[in-house]
Amino acid sequence: MYKLLLCWRYLRTRWIALASIISVTLGVATMIVVNSVMAGFSYEMQTRIHGILSDLVFESHSLSGFQDPQWHMDEIRRAAGDDIVGMTPTVAVPAMLNFQVRGQWVTRQIMFIGIDEATHARVSDFGRYLQHPGNRTQLSFDLREGGYDTVDSQSEATTPTRPALEGAGWPHRRMRVERERVWREKLEADRRASEAADPTAASGSGGPTRSIDRQVDAVLAATTGDEASAVAPPAIDVADTTAVVKPPDPFRQARPEEGTRMDPAREQFTGIVPGIGLASFRDSTGVDRFLVLPGDDVKVTFPTAGTPPKAVSDSFTIVDYYESKMSEYDSNFVFVPLAMLQRMRGMIDPQTGLASVNSIQIKLREGADLDLVRDKLRKVFPADLYAVATWRDKQGPLLAAVDMEMSVLNILLFLIIAVAGFGILAIFFMIVVEKTRDIGILKSLGAGASGIAGIFLGYGLFLGLVGAGAGLAMGLAIAWNINTIRVGVEWLTGQRVFDPSIYYFHRIPSIVDPFTVAWIIVGAVGIAVASSVLPALRAARLHPVEALRHD
Amino acid sequence: MTEAATDILRVRNLCKSYRSGDTRLDVLRGVDFDLAAGEFVSVVGQSGSGKSTLLHLMGLLDAADAGEVVLAGTRIAGLSAARRDRLRNTCVGMVFQSYYLLPELDALENVMAPLMVRHGIFEWLTVRSAVRARARELLDRFGLGGRLHHHPRQLSGGEMQRVAIARALVTQPQVLLADEPTGNLDETTGAGILDTLCELNRADGLSIVLVTHDPVVARRADRIVRLAAGRVDETCPAAERKAG
Repeated sequence: MYKLLLCWRYLRTRWIALASIISVTLGVATMIVVNSVMAGFSYEMQTRIHGILSDLVFESHSLSGFQDPQWHMDEIRRAAGDDIVGMTPTVAVPAMLNFQVRGQWVTRQIMFIGIDEATHARVSDFGRYLQHPGNRTQLSFDLREGGYDTVDSQSEATTPTRPALEGAGWPHRRMRVERERVWREKLEADRRASEAADPTAASGSGGPTRSIDRQVDAVLAATTGDEASAVAPPAIDVADTTAVVKPPDPFRQARPEEGTRMDPAREQFTGIVPGIGLASFRDSTGVDRFLVLPGDDVKVTFPTAGTPPKAVSDSFTIVDYYESKMSEYDSNFVFVPLAMLQRMRGMIDPQTGLASVNSIQIKLREGADLDLVRDKLRKVFPADLYAVATWRDKQGPLLAAVDMEMSVLNILLFLIIAVAGFGILAIFFMIVVEKTRDIGILKSLGAGASGIAGIFLGYGLFLGLVGAGAGLAMGLAIAWNINTIRVGVEWLTGQRVFDPSIYYFHRIPSIVDPFTVAWIIVGAVGIAVASSVLPALRAARLHPVEALRHD
Repeated sequence: MTEAATDILRVRNLCKSYRSGDTRLDVLRGVDFDLAAGEFVSVVGQSGSGKSTLLHLMGLLDAADAGEVVLAGTRIAGLSAARRDRLRNTCVGMVFQSYYLLPELDALENVMAPLMVRHGIFEWLTVRSAVRARARELLDRFGLGGRLHHHPRQLSGGEMQRVAIARALVTQPQVLLADEPTGNLDETTGAGILDTLCELNRADGLSIVLVTHDPVVARRADRIVRLAAGRVDETCPAAERKAG
C-alpha cells in the first residue's frame, strides 16, 4: 500500500521528474502525428492506385493482344468462380498526343487506353475522377453541352480553381469555330486588300509576317476551307489571341474520312479523356490553367497491331479530363472508346469479326483474397502468354518504399523516446540519492527490497503513463487538426508548408490507427519503466543502517 | 529454559566489526544481553562503544558476524530477508534520535506507515479504518489529536518524536528499541518523552531498550547495561540499578 501512496506523493512533490518526461510526451506526440500523416498519405495513395487499377489485371505480353476477350472472360469466371463481380476488356498502347497552343505544337508521350465505356467504371473508381458530373455517373465519349465542374470535385474546397472549365464543351467548340471563321475572313480580306494596293507584294517583299500569311493562304486554298482538322486556339485569354497560324495537316491524306465534310460546330471527332496533367498546370495562386479544353481537337499517333507496327494518327475531340491525383497517371493516360481503338489499330479480325484486347481488368468481390485468385488464374493461363497481377503487384515497389520509409521514421522517433529514457534514468538516480534516508526509514519499518524497488518502478510507470497520456492527447489533437494547424503556421510564417500543387491533395491526409497508437503508448511506458529499473534496484539494495545515516 | 521463555530478547556473544580499507574496526566483541518481557533497560556507553550497533542488530537492521539474537523466541540468524523484514515489522518498534519521519506524509500517515508496509493494497482497504482509528487514538494519547494532518516540517522536535513513538507502537510490537530518543531535544521536552516511555512501560507492560549516553536519561530505566570496548561492562556499580 505504501508504494502507491509514496509514488503518488513523489509524483505530486517532484515536478522535476515531470520535466524528464516532457521528451516522452513530445516523442509520443511526434510519433502519433507522423504515423497518422504517413498512414494518411499511404492510404490516399493506395486508394488512388487501387481506384485506377482494378483488383486484378489480366494482360497479354503482346502489344497486339489476344483475340476473343469474351472467351477469356468466360474462362476467368470458370477459374475464379464467385470471387469475380466485374470484368472489362481494355487495350493499352503507347502513343503520342499532339495539340496546338498559340500556334505551337505540343507533343506528349502517353498511354492510349481503349476502354469499354459501359463497364469500365464498374471495375475501378474511373468514374469518380472525371470532371463532368454526368460523366461521373455514366461516361459518354460524346462532348457535353457545358456543365463541367469548376471546383475540384474531389477536394472539400468550394472556391472554383478551374474557371476555364466554365465554358468548356460545345459552347467552347462553337466559339472557337466562329473565331476561326472570322479570322480566316479577315486574312482573306487582308490579302485581297494588299493585292489590290500593291500587286508586287506577291513577290515576297512584304516581310516575314506577310509571307506567313501567304503560306496560310496557300494552305487554306489547298484544304478548301475544311476546318475539321483545325486545332485549338489557346484556351486562356481568348480575347488577346492574335496569331493562330494553321499549319498544313500532314495526316490529312491518310484519313479514311477524307472528302466527307464535317461541320466542327456541330460534329466532333472520336471523344477522348486525357489525364489532367497532360494539358494543364497549376499556377502560383492555385488556379488550374488549361492548354486545351473539352471541345478542342487534338491528334494522337499510335502503332497498329500488325508486325512491324506502323504509326497511324487521327484527330480526336477532348470530352472530359481524368484526374486521379496520381501525377504518374494524370500525365500519362488518355482514354478512348475501346471499339474505336480496336478498329483503328486493326485489332478486329476481318474474317471472324473477333476483336483483340491487351488486357482484362477484373474486379473481385469485397474481401476476396487477391493473391489467391491471382494464383488460380496463373494456373489456368500459361505464364508465357499472359501476365496476371494484382494492383499491389503492379505498384509493389512504390508501396514497399512507403512502408520502409515509415519503418525507418518509426525507428528514429523511437530513439527519441529512448533518449528520454536516459533522462528518466538520471533523474531517478538523483531522486534515489535524495530519498536514501527515507528508504532507510521504510526498511526499518519492515519494507522489503521488492517493496522499495516497487516504489520506483511504480513511479516510473506513473511518469510513463502521464508522459504518454499527455503525448497521446497532444498527438491526437495535432493529427486531427493538422490542416488547421498548417493554415495557422502558414499565416504565422508566411511560408507555404504544404503545397497542394506538388501533392495533388488539397489537405494533409491523416489517419489515426488505434493499433499503432496503442503500440506507441506501450513502447513509451515500457521505456519509462525500463529506465527506472536500475535506480529501483539501487534503492532496493541500499543497506538500511547506512541509508538511515545518510544525510 | 524457563528464564528464556520470559525473555523477549536474548543476545549471546554478539560480534560485529566494520571494515574500512585495510583496517578492521571491532565494534562488538561478544555482547551478552537479555531483556525480560515488560522490562525497561538502558544501554549506556561512550560514543563508539557499540550501543547503536547493538540496537541495529537487535532491530534486524544489520547482520551480526558471530553470536546470536533471539527475538520473541525466534533466532534471527539464517532467516530469509523476507522473514527478517516481516519480523521487524511485527515484533520491533524503533525510535531514533532524528525521528526519521517521512516528509511527504502527514502525522497520521506516518503513524499508519508500518501497517501500510505490512498490508497489500486490497488487504489495506479492509483494515484501513481500523488502522486509522488506532493511529488516531495513539496520537490523541500523545497529545497530538489536533495535529493529525500536519506534515513533519510543521511539527516541533518533541511532537515529531511523539509521532515517531506512535508509529513504533501502532504495530503493537513486543519490544521498543529507542536510539537516543531525547538526543535532539531540550531537557524539558526530552523529559516529557521519557515520561511517555516510562508510562508505556508501566501501564502497557511494553519492553523497552533505551540507548543513551546521558546517565540522567539512563537512570529512568529499570536496569542499566554499560557497554565498554564492545563488551558489557560487568563492573557496573549496583548503585546505578534502580529498584523496580
